[in-house]
Amino acid sequence: MFITRRVEFSASHACFNANLSEAENRALYGPSANRHGHGHNYVVEATLEGNPDPVTGMVFDLKRLKEILNREVVELMDHRFLNCEVPPFDRVVPTTENLAREIWKRIEPHVRSTDVRLHAVRVYETEDLYVDYFGEAA
Amino acid sequence: MIRLTRRYRFSASHRLHSACLSDTENWELYGKCNNPHGHGHDYVLEVSVRGPIDPASGRVADVAALDRLVGDHVLRVLDHKNLNVEVPEFATAVPTTENLAFAIRDRIERSWAAAFPGPWPRLERIRVQETKRNSFEIRNEE
Repeated sequence: MFITRRVEFSASHACFNANLSEAENRALYGPSANRHGHGHNYVVEATLEGNPDPVTGMVFDLKRLKEILNREVVELMDHRFLNCEVPPFDRVVPTTENLAREIWKRIEPHVRSTDVRLHAVRVYETEDLYVDYFGEAA
Repeated sequence: MIRLTRRYRFSASHRLHSACLSDTENWELYGKCNNPHGHGHDYVLEVSVRGPIDPASGRVADVAALDRLVGDHVLRVLDHKNLNVEVPEFATAVPTTENLAFAIRDRIERSWAAAFPGPWPRLERIRVQETKRNSFEIRNEE
């Protein structure tokens, strides 16, 4: 069974690679390369896979999952400029892809057990653009 | 591997009518969707691509290139059109959303190599939502 919890945060980011010229960054990222940054209302969905515990009837305590997402994602990223304030995005380009991978890294150790595994992290940058990350192995 | 999904919208009209069936059979099968004058929908199209995150760009796909591909080869062809009359695939095939999804998949695949010449990203999934209450999905299994 798969269970999903959703959280939201708002943050600004700028997509540029310091090893590339201004023109190359513009060609690669378009308006997102603007160094001053711009913002999104990000939506994060964490999906866990497991079977309901015979005693509790739950795959994972969703209150706990909410606490993990708030602590590891929302409190760090909400109303921040990702490039300046949220490592590793001072050196890793904060694309939606890299954001999904970073969120996976931050929450996966806290949800993993013998019975439960993190299945996917979905990050919506906008309603019309989202990524799904299934871990390094997938 | 990561999957990126982009959502697009187009509006089109269609009429469900099979040349293999009588008028009565068509009416019984398709009901009000068989109205001779047609009717329309605001379709939502999701296109998902899959691949590794490029270490230099931090991205799996050039979204602007995907937008151009879908814009030129799908949306330009379908948006504000009468599918039965103006879209070649439906000169013979019934423009059900199943057939529409396959037509969109084929159009995207035909132009894929020109838009994405490398081994990645690959087209993974097409989902067409006809209304909020029904959707049709094709997955490219590998």
